[in-house]
Amino acid sequence: MTTATTTATPTSGRTEAQEIHFKSDRNAKIRMYLGLAALVIWGLAPFYWMVVTAFRDVGYTFDTTPWPTHVTLDNFTTAFSTDRGNHFGAALVHSVIIGVLTTAVALLVGVFASYALARLDFPGKYAVLGVILGASMFPGVALVSPLFQMFSNFGWLTGANYQALIIPNISFALPLTIYTLTAFLSEMPWELEESARIDGCTPGQAFRKIMLPLAAPGLFTTAILAFISSWNEFLLAAQFSTKSTQTVTVAIANFTGAQPHQEPYTAVMAAGTIVTVPLIIMVLIFQRAIVSGLTAGGVKG
Amino acid sequence: MSAATSAPPRPTDTKPKKSKGLNAGQGRLGLMLVAPTMLFLAVIIIYPLFKAIQLSFQKDAGLDPATGLFVEGGNAGISNYTHWLLQKCGEVDCPPGTLGAQFYDALWVTLFFTVVSVFIEVILGMWFAMIMNRDFKGRGLVRAAILVPWAIPTAVTAKLWLFIFAFDGIANRLLSTVGVNPQLWTSDPWAAKFAIIIADVWKTTPFMALLILAGLQLVPGDVYEAAQIDGATKWQTFTKITLPLVKVPLMVAVLFRTLDVLRIYDLPAILTNGGGGTTSLSMLVIKQIRSGFHSASALSTIVFLLIAFTAFLFIKFGGADVVQRPPKSKKKEPAAAPGNPVAANATTPGA
Repeated sequence: MTTATTTATPTSGRTEAQEIHFKSDRNAKIRMYLGLAALVIWGLAPFYWMVVTAFRDVGYTFDTTPWPTHVTLDNFTTAFSTDRGNHFGAALVHSVIIGVLTTAVALLVGVFASYALARLDFPGKYAVLGVILGASMFPGVALVSPLFQMFSNFGWLTGANYQALIIPNISFALPLTIYTLTAFLSEMPWELEESARIDGCTPGQAFRKIMLPLAAPGLFTTAILAFISSWNEFLLAAQFSTKSTQTVTVAIANFTGAQPHQEPYTAVMAAGTIVTVPLIIMVLIFQRAIVSGLTAGGVKG
Repeated sequence: MSAATSAPPRPTDTKPKKSKGLNAGQGRLGLMLVAPTMLFLAVIIIYPLFKAIQLSFQKDAGLDPATGLFVEGGNAGISNYTHWLLQKCGEVDCPPGTLGAQFYDALWVTLFFTVVSVFIEVILGMWFAMIMNRDFKGRGLVRAAILVPWAIPTAVTAKLWLFIFAFDGIANRLLSTVGVNPQLWTSDPWAAKFAIIIADVWKTTPFMALLILAGLQLVPGDVYEAAQIDGATKWQTFTKITLPLVKVPLMVAVLFRTLDVLRIYDLPAILTNGGGGTTSLSMLVIKQIRSGFHSASALSTIVFLLIAFTAFLFIKFGGADVVQRPPKSKKKEPAAAPGNPVAANATTPGA
């Protein structure tokens, strides 16, 4: 994709060999930055297009000017309006409730298991790891029919039964939580806990004053990952949510416009921007921790 | 999702540090601490899995397509499985157009997505990772940029690409500038398949790249220097040093991506809604649930077995080396494998 550019102008005072080395170094550098530019464009261009369209007047939906034109906030008003049976605002609230509760339960349950896996030797440790790994590979679609039957027997598929969405989401968030937390916890300087004990802290104090603050970034990153997995879930939400628990992903997928069979692109892009931007801000702030959290399970094992 | 398991020490650590006081009651404490997780997984994954298997051997109430009589339900034997695998609707072959007749189409298209997407993602992910594995300014920007596709919900990704691939959309405009005719990206058999593959590759290659990058960063720089001094070409360096050293993390990433694509639902459901023959296996299960969930349970069990079998093949035969694991646990849980060999690699740098 890159073309070698010869921008290096020969300067007197260098030998020919130095010159060649200098040139190839420089070309390599240029190629590297071109590659990096390609990477950034890859990641950002479609997202940028979504945001530009979200702010573009609906009459110019298919305008291909690469920068913002016909800027308007109407699409955001349309996204939130309930005239056409879309309940995007309510869906945002539902998704937040489901996401927060899923994260809280997954973290609460997962932190104990992660501590045990990171710090303790116990019989059946590998079996436990195997079950957790298996759970993360589990196809969500295999849960749909049994849960559908169970939940409809419980009467959970009508009204505001958030548990019908939270429970399956936990099953996806929990394995993820445990990997990430286990990796974080096993890298913590646990010898500090002992030092604190030697210095006269009680076990409780050592945990509260020393270890908890150290673990906070790991816990926070894990919480973000768990929240994102719940926020982004679609397959089960599309089956189990009702009007009063509909999540944002379902709301966006079913967004209806003024005319039937005509996709209201600009309003959908506005809704997509609203759903995505908070996540992206979080990701930008915590990118370093998120990357290490994401890859910790994969590489450090 | 990220890959495997346990928590071995970092390369620089010598041994995991354990406080002596804990050793005594460790076994029991450990089991107590993992018990809530195990209970949760048993209730929300293992129980439904067995429930689905049980449901799959029962008949759906409804009209028998062969006799036209109403059937009450009851024991179905393996008829729900023959319905999908042998295309039998009662005594006769499933008529074309019914859900039953779509099984092999859905299977092949899902396998097609899997092979093509994962192949492209490996090549591109490798390239991205090698670009990022150097010293450069603006590391934060690049990392942020490639996390964006990962963070966007798949449902939004699908709508975004639906807009890009609209008939008047930017994709067709860009193609027309290079003289390609506009494509019907959501209904043409080839264009629709590639619309889904392109969207999937866009969203997940960054994740693949990050996993590979984390593997690359464990390769010490002096290995490359030594290779350079010995006069190795770039291609030799890549095939003889980089590939073998990142093989295990790469295989773990490939395994997880493969399983992800085998259960693909959101993208084809929203982007093409099955247009152009893009109904995936997961979509077929969801469609079937509306017309009888015993039969759907059989299909979802088939999907589960397909995924479990694929995972088994990867762990057993595909590079995710079981050999380097502690022997005592080897026979018990093959599923725990991918993490540890990676860790073993990580702890023996420059081997």
